[in-house]
Amino acid sequence: MDWTRILSNVAGELIAPTTAAYALAAIGLNVHFGLTGLLNFGQAGFMLLGAYGFAISTIAGWPLWAAVLVAIGCSVVFALVLGIPTLKLRGDYLAIVTIAAAEIVRIVGRSTALTNLTGASSGLRGDSYKETFQELSPFDDGTSTIGPFTYANNASNSWWVRIVGWALVLLACLLIWRLLNSPWGRVLKGIREDEDAVRSLGKNVYGYKMQALVLGGVIGSLAGVVYVMPRAVQPDSMGRPMTFWVWTILLLGGAATVFGPVLGSMLFWAALMLIKTVGRELIPSTVMRAEQIEQFGWIVVGVTLMLLVIFRPQGILGDKKELAINVR
Amino acid sequence: MLALLAVLVPTSATAASGLPLAAATEACAPTPESACIGGTIRTAAGEPAVGVALQVAGVDETVDATTGPDGRWSAAVTSAGTYTVTLDAATLPAGETLRDPAQNPRTVEVTLGQSAGALFPLGAPSTGGGDTDDPPSGGESTTPAPEASGEPGLDSPSPGARGGGINWDRVAQQTVAGLVFGTLLALASVGLSLIFGTTGLSNFAHGEQVTLGGILAYLFTQVVGLPLLLSGAIAVVLAAASGWLQDAVIWHPLRKRRVGMTQQLIVTIGLAITLQYVYQFFLGGSSLRIVRSNPQAVNIGPVYITQQSLISVGIAVVVLGAVSYFLLATRIGRATRAVSDNPALAAASGITVDRIIRLVWTVGAGLAGLGGVTMGLYLNATAWNMGSTLLLLMFAAVTLGGLGTAFGALAGSIVIGLVVELSNLVIPSDMRYAGALVILILVLLLRPQGILGRAERIG
Amino acid sequence: MSAETTSTLAGVSQEPGAAKPDPILVADDVTRRFGGMTAVDVGHLEVQRGAITALIGPNGAGKTTLFNLLTGFDQPNSGRWTFEGRQLAGVPAAKVSRAGMVRTFQLTKALSRMTVMENMRLGASDQPGERLLQALVPPLWKPREREITAKAEELLERFKLLEKKDDFAGSLSGGQRKLLEMARALMSDPTMVMLDEPMAGVNPALTQSLLGHIQGLRDGGTTVLFVEHDMHMVRHISDWVAVMAEGRLVAEGPPGGVMANPAVVDAYLGAHHDTDLGDDSLLSDEVAEQLEAEAEAEAEARSHGQAEGPQTDEGDR
Ligand SMILES: Nc1ncnc2c1ncn2[C@@H]1O[C@H](COP(=O)(O)OP(=O)(O)OP(=O)(O)O)[C@@H](O)[C@H]1O
Ligand SMILES: [Mg+2]
Repeated sequence: MDWTRILSNVAGELIAPTTAAYALAAIGLNVHFGLTGLLNFGQAGFMLLGAYGFAISTIAGWPLWAAVLVAIGCSVVFALVLGIPTLKLRGDYLAIVTIAAAEIVRIVGRSTALTNLTGASSGLRGDSYKETFQELSPFDDGTSTIGPFTYANNASNSWWVRIVGWALVLLACLLIWRLLNSPWGRVLKGIREDEDAVRSLGKNVYGYKMQALVLGGVIGSLAGVVYVMPRAVQPDSMGRPMTFWVWTILLLGGAATVFGPVLGSMLFWAALMLIKTVGRELIPSTVMRAEQIEQFGWIVVGVTLMLLVIFRPQGILGDKKELAINVR
Repeated sequence: MLALLAVLVPTSATAASGLPLAAATEACAPTPESACIGGTIRTAAGEPAVGVALQVAGVDETVDATTGPDGRWSAAVTSAGTYTVTLDAATLPAGETLRDPAQNPRTVEVTLGQSAGALFPLGAPSTGGGDTDDPPSGGESTTPAPEASGEPGLDSPSPGARGGGINWDRVAQQTVAGLVFGTLLALASVGLSLIFGTTGLSNFAHGEQVTLGGILAYLFTQVVGLPLLLSGAIAVVLAAASGWLQDAVIWHPLRKRRVGMTQQLIVTIGLAITLQYVYQFFLGGSSLRIVRSNPQAVNIGPVYITQQSLISVGIAVVVLGAVSYFLLATRIGRATRAVSDNPALAAASGITVDRIIRLVWTVGAGLAGLGGVTMGLYLNATAWNMGSTLLLLMFAAVTLGGLGTAFGALAGSIVIGLVVELSNLVIPSDMRYAGALVILILVLLLRPQGILGRAERIG
Repeated sequence: MSAETTSTLAGVSQEPGAAKPDPILVADDVTRRFGGMTAVDVGHLEVQRGAITALIGPNGAGKTTLFNLLTGFDQPNSGRWTFEGRQLAGVPAAKVSRAGMVRTFQLTKALSRMTVMENMRLGASDQPGERLLQALVPPLWKPREREITAKAEELLERFKLLEKKDDFAGSLSGGQRKLLEMARALMSDPTMVMLDEPMAGVNPALTQSLLGHIQGLRDGGTTVLFVEHDMHMVRHISDWVAVMAEGRLVAEGPPGGVMANPAVVDAYLGAHHDTDLGDDSLLSDEVAEQLEAEAEAEAEARSHGQAEGPQTDEGDR
């Protein structure tokens, strides 16, 4: 068995753009769930909208900064539309509404009626919107090797995407750390515990929830932009399962912690890669076909999610006394 | 307004489905007395799929077609109406599967003098997320990644919307389709609602119970070779048993540990993921036909319906009636309603709440299983993701009817069924499920207190 | 009992809904129905500024519901009320609190997975750091944070919770949570505090010091309205007592005299035969005898089919 290849594959996952994108998405979800207790099951919707907003406006010829603003704007509007009717309702209604709204975004996005805009179910080709981003790169074209990793400097799945993606993750962590330890974060935690108590202390609970929903959504939309940088905008790859992986990542690392989402994302993708590569090496294809090994990986994910929530709801980094899960 | 839409719909449909339609017209040009059905089939990698056999079956005629070197196929028909297009999955290129097995066969509405498209996207229905297979050098993944495809069943364009605006025949056809779909959906939603009512749990894994029914029916008819009715019955019994087992192994212990509702909700999501991939692991990602023969169609007035659907609906109505009788007229049924009303009070008045909940899980899962069998017959195929594609519609139905009330779920399902099928008339058919979800959100917006049940006490 | 406030209220008539010389809170025709039953139906109520008013009444009289309505936590079927001359009907709870009317809850709402100190800090008003953008720049809010921390420590000291300040509130005992909630409500220096059974579950020794604290609040100019079943406490500190029964305001008066009011006797007897009025010395012998006699008479006549519990809101379902 080729352990060096397996290990370098797995280590590659630790810094992959997808890992960064999922970490970012989980950080956004952490603002919703970890800090505020909002059950957002539509994080993939925020990501997809961010991706669409960025790609479509870039294709329309807008500069990078404007396209990013469009992505952010889309998620802000989406958060408002979701939040206005639901933030006053009980938590599990928000769950159902967000999951439905994210599906609506996907279904509308992949509808043939919007082929000219979104490319329907085949989506938007990566090279149609990557140029402005790649132009910004300070590196020359070509490939670079650092340690066991060799990637192109600027192309799709490149060092440039990795650098920007992880820089965003770092910035987001910094932001969350700052907010978590501020009076603002304190109000959110109070809301997570008991919003009536917080209301009785004169805080506008609805406003805070909305701020949290928007902030987490904006981070999610940036995650969406990072996610589609090394690939195409594919509505069907950004559906419900994506939201569930983000949840698994957040709960794995630990909700209401600063680095939980990052650690969760790295572990999640590295473990999947490990299962996949080791499985392919060890298990003869007569026993398990390649796609079965992959499916086995997802089964492991599902079981992990169940066990985590039951036996270690605070995740790896969470404080046992401050379980981030609503135990009421 | 309607007239305007009637004008708009065909135009947008033609514009939208560009490629396949153009393809079809090349080989077959519609004349005033004939019409064309056609499409292009491409592999997941975007290459034309050559030599794929399809059968176009209508009331009067059946035409066979095969894709050419460019992946195109077309069939000329001479009468208007609804046609069933069946793709023979065995003729697909090696390694290719339908991205949405539940959409094979599909029905197409044909108007003379026009072309109609029937799309069969290929690709693995599995849902992945990683760019893990990208070559490290940074290859472009611009072609639709084969891993990509969330829940196809719900979103693929369906028959109705292509060609032809609103006319009464279509309204009648879609209404009947809506009633059928709604009734079958009700089988699944009633269980979801009962479980929510008695335990307070939003069960996101209920869709997988539906799938289980369909898959078991498939296994017993196609693999074991039992007659349909018998295997259907076995499937329902096993599905019910799985509900019993689930409560015994997972939910009862969780309730005893006093695990919070939010936690339990996330556990159901984990369970849903697990089951979906277990189904895929053993049965693959393609569609599974419970019955191999092509469905016999019946025409009732302007309405076209398959015999399978009629029988499914018949069974569903009888069972739903039995469930209503059980809830209204039997002692255990009344106890069940008492538990959903107020578990504490019910417990105080001598009802063993845990036994009722166990029963509800069993019955709920059994109903979902039956929903899966009948839905599988109605859709002509089942697949690993059949239930999960229906899950949000079930939630919409249950919410619409008032969470936790079984009869509300029934009524809600019918409404959702009608909305889904009738919205075909005015919006592109691949968006029809979005309509139902919009309704779900609107209900929560407009009548939250009605759905929330009694307002919770503060202080 | 402060002689000063008592004397201001001396001339007030002992009718339910009596006008006060300087009311801070005036409510009119407040009703709240749950399904078929009317939980609150208060015609007129005035609460004197700077006084301690007790709201008493048998279980289920509608006291908590009235609190919920007045503080914006529940919406009335009808009614309006003003606080310091300002219309408050329909105003959301947070705004009511910011207007200076802060409440506590009968079932404590300590934020269990936050520390005691964080709970306290959350109670303070005017925190620049509670705005999203300013939160990012600590120098903008650190000074205020120090102020409120000092204030919180002072209050915690008084409520005997200072050693617990870094514990999670969830680890406190039931009585300690009550104390924490009350201390937290005081963080914003409210003009009026509404305490829903503040002393339930607090040990007697501490109760004494807290009563002193509540009186201190009053002497500092804060208006106090509190719900309490313990008649010792009611008699000990309140300047005025309002009695509710079956949603209505049935009597008002100074603590010494109100229990003698026949309407009050009726209320307690009629609604709850087994209610221990807590402090028999409150009642004159005459009334006590009458109570006992009536209770016996009723006990004999009592039918089997008594209402089995609080009515629930079936109408909405
Ligand atoms: N959300 C609600 N739904 C239905 N009924 C309610 C609700 N809240 C209160 N009630 C009813 O209103 C009545 C008054 O209740 P409330 O809590 O105000 O009484 P209380 O005077 O505070 O009693 P206690 O002294 O026991 O606290 C009770 O009969 C109660 O059952
Ligand atoms: Mg009360």
